[in-house]
Amino acid sequence: MPWTKVLIDQQDLEAAQKAGLRNISYRAALLEAQRQLLRSRPEVYLIGEGIDDAGGVFGSTAGLAAEFGPSRVMDTPIAENGLTGIAAGSAMCGLRPIFIHMRMDFLPMCLDQIANHAAKWRYMTGGAVTCPLVIRSIIGRGWGSAAQHSQALHGLFTHFAGLKVAVPATPYDAKGLLAAAVNDGNPVMFCEHRWLYDFKGYVPEEAYEVPFGKAVVRKEGSDVTIVAVSLMVYEAVKAARELEAEGISVEVIDPRTIKPLDLAAILASVKKTGRLVVADAGNLMTGISAEIAAQVAEKGFEYLKAPVLRVGLPDTPTPASPALEADFYPGVEDIKRAARRLAGGKA
Amino acid sequence: MSLTPEIKLELLRKMLRARLFEEKIVAVYAAQDMKTPVHLYLGQEAVAAGVSQHLNADDYMFSTHRNHGHALCKGADMKPLAAELYGRAAGCAKGKGGSMHFVDVSKGCLGTSAIVGGSIPLAAGAALAIKQKGQAGRLAVTYFGDGASDEGVLQETLNFAALHRLPVLFACENNFYATNSPQKARHAEGLICKRAEAFGIPGVLVDGNDAEAVYGAAGKAVEHIRAGQGPYFLEFRTYRWKGHVGPDCDWEQGCRPKEEYFEWVKRCPVESYINKLTADGVLKGTALAQLKAGIADEIAEAWAFAKAAPYPAAEELFTDVY
Repeated sequence: MPWTKVLIDQQDLEAAQKAGLRNISYRAALLEAQRQLLRSRPEVYLIGEGIDDAGGVFGSTAGLAAEFGPSRVMDTPIAENGLTGIAAGSAMCGLRPIFIHMRMDFLPMCLDQIANHAAKWRYMTGGAVTCPLVIRSIIGRGWGSAAQHSQALHGLFTHFAGLKVAVPATPYDAKGLLAAAVNDGNPVMFCEHRWLYDFKGYVPEEAYEVPFGKAVVRKEGSDVTIVAVSLMVYEAVKAARELEAEGISVEVIDPRTIKPLDLAAILASVKKTGRLVVADAGNLMTGISAEIAAQVAEKGFEYLKAPVLRVGLPDTPTPASPALEADFYPGVEDIKRAARRLAGGKA
Repeated sequence: MSLTPEIKLELLRKMLRARLFEEKIVAVYAAQDMKTPVHLYLGQEAVAAGVSQHLNADDYMFSTHRNHGHALCKGADMKPLAAELYGRAAGCAKGKGGSMHFVDVSKGCLGTSAIVGGSIPLAAGAALAIKQKGQAGRLAVTYFGDGASDEGVLQETLNFAALHRLPVLFACENNFYATNSPQKARHAEGLICKRAEAFGIPGVLVDGNDAEAVYGAAGKAVEHIRAGQGPYFLEFRTYRWKGHVGPDCDWEQGCRPKEEYFEWVKRCPVESYINKLTADGVLKGTALAQLKAGIADEIAEAWAFAKAAPYPAAEELFTDVY
C-alpha cells in the first residue's frame, strides 16, 4: 500500500513517481496539514518563536503567516514556559493551538506547563476542562549541533500521564498524525526528526487522519522484528534490505505513536519472529526502547528465542565533532549487527 | 465609588460564605476523614469578595492551592466542593482534584494550580481565547500570591498580556509569606505592583482587608479591561491567618511573630466590615444572624451531601485521561 511505503533511495522515488503517486516532502506534508487545519477550523492557530520568519521553521510554516495573518500564525517573545501556559489556557477555552519549537531542547524550559498543567488539567478537573494543545518540536541531529540543539526527548514525555506522543517517520504520517493530534482533544507532543524533512513519500492532497496507537509494518519478515522509531525507521528498512542478501528475513514495525503504543502489533510480530531489536532515535537510558523491551518481556516472554537488543544513543551529551558524532549516532550498521547477533542461531 | 446597601450586604455575604466554609473545615479536620491538604484562605476573604462582585459567571477564573474563597465568591456551588474535600464521586472534580483543585465550569472557575505561579499564564491564555473569538467585554482573572510574583512565568505572562492587550486581571494577594519565607527576605523592592508598570500595565496597591477598597479598585480594573484597554494588575495587601497548609496557626510554631499575627487579626476583614455596616445602619436587627444562619444551613446541607455521597468507583481511576 502506498501509505505504508518508505522511500529509501532514488530508485524507490522513481518507482513511486512512475506509479503516478503524489510524492511530497515531510516538510511539505506538515505545511499542507497546517494549511488545511487553519482553513477548516477557525479555532486552530499556530504559535511559536519565529514561526512567521522567512525560513518558516525549516520550511514547515513558510507562507502561512502571509495567508492567515498574525493572529492565526503568531510570533512570540522567547518565553517558552509562559507561552506554553498561555497556549494551554487558550486550549482550555476552546482554541486549538499548535505550539511550535525549532528544537525539542527548548521543551525542558516548558516542562512545568507541559507536565504539571497541560497533561494534568483534564484529570485534575474530573474531566470538566480539557486541554487540546499540540506541541510540535524538532528532534535529532544537525551538523555539529552539539548537546543543546540535538536532543530527542520523545521518550521522556511518554512518562507523563496525560500526554500523547507522536513520532511520524513518513510524510504521509506527518500529515495525517498532525491532523489527528489537533482533533484529538488531549495534549499531544508531536516529534519530528530534522533529517526527515527532505524525505519524500506518498501524500494525498485531501485532508485525512492517521489514527493514534496504530503501528504499521514497513517491511515483512520472519527471522527478526525491528521496532524502529522516527528516523530509525529508514535505517531499519535499509538494514533489512541488506540483511535479506545474507539470508536474514527482517520485519520492520513503525509504531508511529509511542503513546499510545501499539503493543499488540509488536507482540504479533515477535510471536512470528521470536527475536526483537528496538531501534530508537533517542537515548537508551530509560528511553522508549527500554519501555518497549520491558513490555515485550512482560507480555511476550514466551515468544522470545533470544534476549531483546536495543540500538539508540549512548548515555552522554551529544558531541559536536564529526569524528565523535560518527560514534554517537547509531545507524544501519548497528541495526544489522544487532539483527545478526540475534539471528545467528536461527533454527 | 458609591455603594448601594445591596452591594454592601452582598460583599459581606460573600466573605461570610468563604469564612464559615473554612471554619467548618477547621472544626472537622482533626477527624482525619477529610484526606486532603487544606490551604486556608481565612483572613483574606475581602479580596475574593470585592473582586468577584464585578465578575460574571462567564468570566474565567484561575486560582491556586489556596482557592476555596476564590471559587465560593465566584459563585461555585458548595455541595460539590464539600464532596471534593471528602474525595467523593459527587465532588466538583469527581474526587480527583481534592482541596487544591476546585472547579466549577458553570461559574467560570476553570481550575487551579498547586504549582506556584502555574495558573497565571493559563488565565492569559483564556484571555487570548476571548480576544481571538471576539468576545469583547469578557475577561479572565488569575489569583496568585506574593510567592508567585517571584516566578519567571509571571514576568513572561505580563509581557505577553501587555503586548496583546489581553483582557486579564492579575490579582496578586500579598499575604507577606511564601510558605514561611517573609517578603522582606525575598524582595529588595516591596511593591510588587510596580513590576506590572514596567510592562506598561497599570499596577495598583490596595488594602486587601478592606472589602470596599477592594471593590473600588477592582471595579476600576474591570472597567478598564472590559473596555478593551488591556490587562490590569492589583496588589492586595492582606494576611493569612493559618499556616501555609493545615488548620493550625503557625505563629505557635514560631513561623511568624505572634504580635504581627494579632495585629492582623484585629484587622479582620469580616469583623471590621460587620462593624462598619452596623455603624452605618446597613446591618440592622437580626440581619446578620439571618445571614449567618442561611450560610450555616448551606454548609450543613453541603456536608450532609458530601458525607452521604459514594466514593468513586475503581474504574474512575482510568477515566478523564486520554
